[in-house]
Amino acid sequence: MNSLVCVKQVPDTTAVKIDPVTNTLIREGVPSILNPFDGFALEMALRLREQAGGTVTLLSMGPPQAAETLRTCLAVGGDRAFLVSGREFGGSDTLATSYILSCAVKALEERTGERFDVIFCGKQAIDGDTGQVGPELAEHLDLPQITYATDAVQENGRLRVRRETAEGYEVLECGLPAVVSVTKTAYELRYATVKGIFFSNRAEIPVITPQEMEGKIDLSRAGLKGSPTKVKKSFTPQRSKQCALVDEASPAASGTRLAALLFEANKI
Amino acid sequence: MAFCDYQDIWVLIETSQGKAAGVGLELLAPGAELAHRLGQRVAAVILGAHNSEAEQAAAAYGADVIYSAEDPAYAHYSTDAYTYGMAALVEKYHPSILMIGATIIGRDLGPRLSCRLRTGLTADCTSLDVDAESGILSWTRPAFGGNLMAAIQCENTRPQMGTVRPGVFKKVPPDWGRTAEIIRERLPVPGGVVRTTLVESIRETAAELVKLEDAEIIVSGGRGLGNAENFSCIRELAEVLGGAVGASRAAVDAGWIPHVHQVGQTGKTVAPKVYIACGISGAIQHLAGMSGSDCIVAINKDPDAPIFGVADYGVVGDLFQVIPAMVKEIKRLKAE
Repeated sequence: MNSLVCVKQVPDTTAVKIDPVTNTLIREGVPSILNPFDGFALEMALRLREQAGGTVTLLSMGPPQAAETLRTCLAVGGDRAFLVSGREFGGSDTLATSYILSCAVKALEERTGERFDVIFCGKQAIDGDTGQVGPELAEHLDLPQITYATDAVQENGRLRVRRETAEGYEVLECGLPAVVSVTKTAYELRYATVKGIFFSNRAEIPVITPQEMEGKIDLSRAGLKGSPTKVKKSFTPQRSKQCALVDEASPAASGTRLAALLFEANKI
Repeated sequence: MAFCDYQDIWVLIETSQGKAAGVGLELLAPGAELAHRLGQRVAAVILGAHNSEAEQAAAAYGADVIYSAEDPAYAHYSTDAYTYGMAALVEKYHPSILMIGATIIGRDLGPRLSCRLRTGLTADCTSLDVDAESGILSWTRPAFGGNLMAAIQCENTRPQMGTVRPGVFKKVPPDWGRTAEIIRERLPVPGGVVRTTLVESIRETAAELVKLEDAEIIVSGGRGLGNAENFSCIRELAEVLGGAVGASRAAVDAGWIPHVHQVGQTGKTVAPKVYIACGISGAIQHLAGMSGSDCIVAINKDPDAPIFGVADYGVVGDLFQVIPAMVKEIKRLKAE
């Protein structure tokens, strides 16, 4: 059971601050982290490896420094990692990104001579928050997809996945290969071991470039020009609300007054 | 095909056991508005096993046209069947715009479908604006954990697709005497198209069910609760208000309440009429999931908690004293 886990290096959006004067994002000094949902996906893949054997390969698309994130993933137990990187890929929206990744998956399978049985992704990245790359990757590769997964096991050569639904949960089964996108799981990503850190520091992380995929990728479908959606403008939301503070003689009296205010304002 | 040949604004109406789900009916309201501005029609699209009830609802809530396809394969949502059915309809009728609710189903289907149609999709939109001349829609959505809003356009491919967050648009008052043109399509799903098998589907009972996205009132608890048992006061307030119980990540990570209750970046995004945050400081990733609420109420001991920066009403004080007093007063007011 060979898994591929697609991961993204993202800015830690919880550490992002807004410049109070210009009302713009301060991106400088914001640490880069492994997208948390990709961490859950990686843990799911590692557990599947423990159950069914095989390997866990990591794939990321991004600038050269995204290799750091791949090392983090190797340190917790990934077997090998590849980075897809190139100027031509910059500015890609989700359709272009998923197309490039699908080409990279095919290139990797050719290169390693292995088939990936399961391709894991996080549900969404915390910078873009779209949740689109997983399903789009599945479509490009013509594979079944299971999203919002909270657990995956192998059963009789098929994959059995538990996923969240609006009304509870469901269990789906599908043949292999398949794409699974992972939401928050009951388990957290395991910690790196000393051996893992040693391994990850020394690991070679091959870069898959556009040139390397030549003939196997249509570059007109990559990057800004291959992206049907364009960001026309961005702005920081106005959050400066006037908060009506209720301050009576005691917290209980404030509670009573608050309830009355909400009632009068027809809110409740 | 020229872009002017792509006509009408489509809204996917999700159904659950034959009934139209809320968000689809909500989207008929902005759909009708866009249709009016573009001189086009708003159409509801329904895939299901028995659609008559959902068709009536779509007409009552403003659809001019209804595309309805019935097949046993559509009884329970599956990615493959719905993508098959929707792609066939879009390729036959060429809508200019397709809106889907940003629910679990919508976020599973949307990207699969847009990729098959080779068009752009904007996720989780919270406002829409169209240029009547060019017919190009600006889809505005939060990104960067809610720190940034982005207006996105899809100029060169059709249909223009987006998922829209539930609760952002309000349903129009239903007119049950209203009729719509119904176009029934036969779209049986061929064998082999659906590659997943449903082994088990668990609908949680009403008491356990956390329909945060649909709730009009949400009462959420955070770190300030201190332990799992103290969630009872949150539940009690939610109960007297007929609302749902939410939680911050801190409370979920502490194991006080299951993840399905979590509001925020790694949880659910909600936009209820009233959001009452109790003992929640208001970290950015929590705000990202609830700042779209109509009215935000904050109860927190710390006067400097960021939650007060987004709140409409606030009490600086001990929630264990504030909430029971609120419960008592609400009971009294409701009894009057």
